[in-house]
Amino acid sequence: MTWVLIALLVVPLVGALVVAFLRKDDKKAKLVALAFSVVELVLAGLLWFAYDPDGDRIQLATGVDWIPAFGVRLQFGIDGIALVMIAVIALLIPLVIGAGWTEKLPAGRSQGGYLSLILIQEAVTVAVFAATDVFLFYVLFEVMLIPMYFLIGGYGGARRQYAAVKFFLYSFLGGLIMLASAIGAYAMASDELGKGTFDWETLVKVVSDADSTTQTWLFLGFFLAFAIKAPLVPFHTWLPDAAAEAPIGVTVIVVGILDKVGTFGMLRYLLPMFPEASKNLAPYVLVLAVAGVLYGSLLATGQRDMKRFLAYVSIAHFGFIALGIFSFTSQAGVGSVSYMLNHSISTGMLILVVGMVIARGGSSLISDYGGMSKVAPLLAGMLLLSGLTTLSLPGTNSFVSEFLVLIGSFPTQPVFTIIATVGMVLAALYVLWLYQRIMTGPLRGDALLGAAAGPGAVGDPEKKTTIGDLTKREIAVLAPLVVIVLALGFYPQPVLDVITPTVGATLTEVGVTDPVTVQEGK
Amino acid sequence: MNLLVAQAQTIEAPEIDYGALAPLLIVLGAACVSVLLEALLPKHQRWAVQLVLTLVTLVAAVGTLILYATSDRPEQGVATLAGAIAVDSPSLFLWATLLVLGFGSVLLIADRSVEPGGAFVAQAAIRPGTVQDRAQATKTGMQTEVFPLTLFALGGMMTFVAANDLLTMFIALEVLSLPLYLLCGLARRRRLLSQEAAVKYFLLGAFASAFFLYGVALLYGYAGSVKLSAIATAAGGTDRSDTLLFAGFGLLVVGLLFKAAVGPFHAWTPDVYQGAPTPVTAFMAACTKVAAFGGILRVLTVAFENTQWEWRGVLYGVAVVSMVIGAILGLTQTDVKRMIAYSSVAHAGFLLIGSIALTPEGDAPGVSATMFYLLAYGFTTIAAFGIVSLVRNSDGEATHLSQWAGLAKRSPIVAATFTFLLLALAGIPLTSGFIGKFVVFSAAIDAGLTPLVVIALVASAVAAFFYLRVIVLMYFSDPAPDGPTVTVPGAFTTIAITLGAVVTLVLGLWPTFVLDWAGTGTFLS
Repeated sequence: MTWVLIALLVVPLVGALVVAFLRKDDKKAKLVALAFSVVELVLAGLLWFAYDPDGDRIQLATGVDWIPAFGVRLQFGIDGIALVMIAVIALLIPLVIGAGWTEKLPAGRSQGGYLSLILIQEAVTVAVFAATDVFLFYVLFEVMLIPMYFLIGGYGGARRQYAAVKFFLYSFLGGLIMLASAIGAYAMASDELGKGTFDWETLVKVVSDADSTTQTWLFLGFFLAFAIKAPLVPFHTWLPDAAAEAPIGVTVIVVGILDKVGTFGMLRYLLPMFPEASKNLAPYVLVLAVAGVLYGSLLATGQRDMKRFLAYVSIAHFGFIALGIFSFTSQAGVGSVSYMLNHSISTGMLILVVGMVIARGGSSLISDYGGMSKVAPLLAGMLLLSGLTTLSLPGTNSFVSEFLVLIGSFPTQPVFTIIATVGMVLAALYVLWLYQRIMTGPLRGDALLGAAAGPGAVGDPEKKTTIGDLTKREIAVLAPLVVIVLALGFYPQPVLDVITPTVGATLTEVGVTDPVTVQEGK
Repeated sequence: MNLLVAQAQTIEAPEIDYGALAPLLIVLGAACVSVLLEALLPKHQRWAVQLVLTLVTLVAAVGTLILYATSDRPEQGVATLAGAIAVDSPSLFLWATLLVLGFGSVLLIADRSVEPGGAFVAQAAIRPGTVQDRAQATKTGMQTEVFPLTLFALGGMMTFVAANDLLTMFIALEVLSLPLYLLCGLARRRRLLSQEAAVKYFLLGAFASAFFLYGVALLYGYAGSVKLSAIATAAGGTDRSDTLLFAGFGLLVVGLLFKAAVGPFHAWTPDVYQGAPTPVTAFMAACTKVAAFGGILRVLTVAFENTQWEWRGVLYGVAVVSMVIGAILGLTQTDVKRMIAYSSVAHAGFLLIGSIALTPEGDAPGVSATMFYLLAYGFTTIAAFGIVSLVRNSDGEATHLSQWAGLAKRSPIVAATFTFLLLALAGIPLTSGFIGKFVVFSAAIDAGLTPLVVIALVASAVAAFFYLRVIVLMYFSDPAPDGPTVTVPGAFTTIAITLGAVVTLVLGLWPTFVLDWAGTGTFLS
């Protein structure tokens, strides 16, 4: 079944090439891009069935030599975590394409170019999660920036140049420092084995035995890259700019997919390769994680721009994920990984819904809206549902993961967990307040009534406005997400089954045992 | 009379390994023929004949080099011409690099379609700003002395990287420098800027040569010989004065670092890169860099390997200064040629890291890494300057960055190629620039230079900003209404740019072949 993995890498690239030739015909470009992304989704489904949760650590491994002089291979393979992430990418891309169907691009830009970049981004991001050679991972980690740089810079809002460059430089710097650590690990391997390799499993064996000073230095190199990518406070400042300036579909990709590379990297690279350093430095990471939860939540509450709001919500959520990862219990670990999945789905949905709001009003300022549920009740319902899953209401998917993170972290890190719990309360505040300001009350706001109405004007809901409710296309985009949100909220077992063995293996590599026995599921 | 005859009999002609020297002899021989052609041919025939001669020479030199390299030659290399020239694996690699980069540069130099008549002045003796000067700018003729000058410079560079004693090295340094000084002053447009660049380069270069020669003299006083191996032997445990050794080393290295445009000896670089005709800038940026670092590598690893602990700290500092100057001053540039000049200063810092990466056991993992970097960087730079020469307005090249705004809208292919080359200069993976940085940095970590590597990585990130800024301008800004146009390049420039871009991509994807070749042997000591 290794062909599925290879096909997953190749299909979007082929799609990007085809779409790039359809720059003249927007409609055809959209259809072809959608078709390719659906094929990718089907392939991801096949991959899910090909994966055996109780099998090897890395499955469907396949590869060829790339640079033999350094033992670099084009080596791919998946574990449970990578599988979940690849699946969620494949799920979100067709929805992103569908949601942006009628979106206006800046003058002079074609759908063909935009969708081609999106498909390239999909291929590279899938490859990042599937790479099992550290060098290859680094290469893809950096290459991943290039399509995103053009997506933000070419198709974004007014300050898009600034946002694109900031995004690129932050990630590039982090990646370079990671490269130094990767070379350091490589040098250790070549000293020990007599010949250099970047193979992940070999490096884990060699580096995890190193003395703790060496481990600490190498850890810091990788950590910086992942902390910027994830992002953890104080390395987060690129995210609000990138999220606010990017077109809405690209924001979904940045927040929902790209950022997960950071937390994925922590689980795949930091913990197994540097177990000693991970344990020693965990308290510092936890401080950043919990600070992120509180800081993100508070700033989300205070935002006036919906897209920046979304960025800060994500920063808070990444704090939770990092908390679960660095608590070193299998419950918290499983919680974190499922959080990575659920955050992509919930926040992805929230961003798409907010995008639909913005598409109607043409402004991303919260104060430009009010009482919108009067004219668009379905849209209001969707905003409420996606908001509730973002604040982890029981019965939605995020609840399972947030609960697992908190309950799993408590035995080892009670103080940090208690502080983080405050974040849950703040989440209710910022989500419901956002909903209240946009949807409830009398119909008002410049975006809905037009600037001519003047400040404080109140609209008449009976009168015809140009603001309509969800279209069929928008319902089709949101429906799968609603189903998944509820399904995983009530029955998360299939996902947990896939990730539990991998998280267990990761913790074994770190060399920690659980303070309490894990029960399957919750 | 008898005495003289007797003396003459005792001097034996040195052994000459013609097979090993063939590429060098072909280039220098062709340069002499080229001068004669310049004197004998009528003006209208010169360009075509000179061009054919130069290209055939380079191809023939590469051919003989391949024949020799694949033949059954001694593995550690041979010292020929009484030990003055060492033809070993690094020499051959650097020669090949110089020849192919020279080939690319000659294509740019020869192009006459981008600018009618070529980038070179029709008559160099005309005073700038005069009526005659304005008239010559539109004439189609050019000073075809450019071709022999280029060949002489190339011959000098090849001798420089293979020189096995310091005196030969000095002669080679002059042979490569003097033609370059002249070439810098031959720009068809902006004659004043071009002449200023030439004078500046000449004056500072003369100083650097003096430093170099002074260093040679002191080292001769120390070791009693100018041979690199003799200096190494002398430095390995004697009670001679270290003052002479280190003073000599310092002066020698200043001369070398100047040629390599390593900061803080870089002051000439931006002015000369900006003022010189763009094809010459490409030639200097690619080939002079190779020659200078080839010389630095040989001097450091052959003559001064066993005193590395004394000088390593100094060059460590120089590398840091160079990277910082290149990266930070590059941020403030508004002229694309000056920007690439500062970028080359930063790159010189990276190359210096590779050059000083010697392990305590005497291994030099940095040699093959630096050579790979030189090859990769050379191709990228030639292609980049090739593109700079295409973006023009009525005044000639439009090098001010603001004029590049929105270029992608009008010339998507040119903008995309330039973006790719900039990403390569920034060291983004899947380009040769990344593999070059990677091999240099891993060699440096091997040699225990980890802090230097971290500084280098931060400098790379800073430098990435000014490359990105150009990409932002080209793609995300609206074009100025009276902006420059992109000339449709003629065959020569197209070939040169394509060659550079393709090599940049291929070395980024499949570097193994070249890496293996660069790592085949060490310097003859």
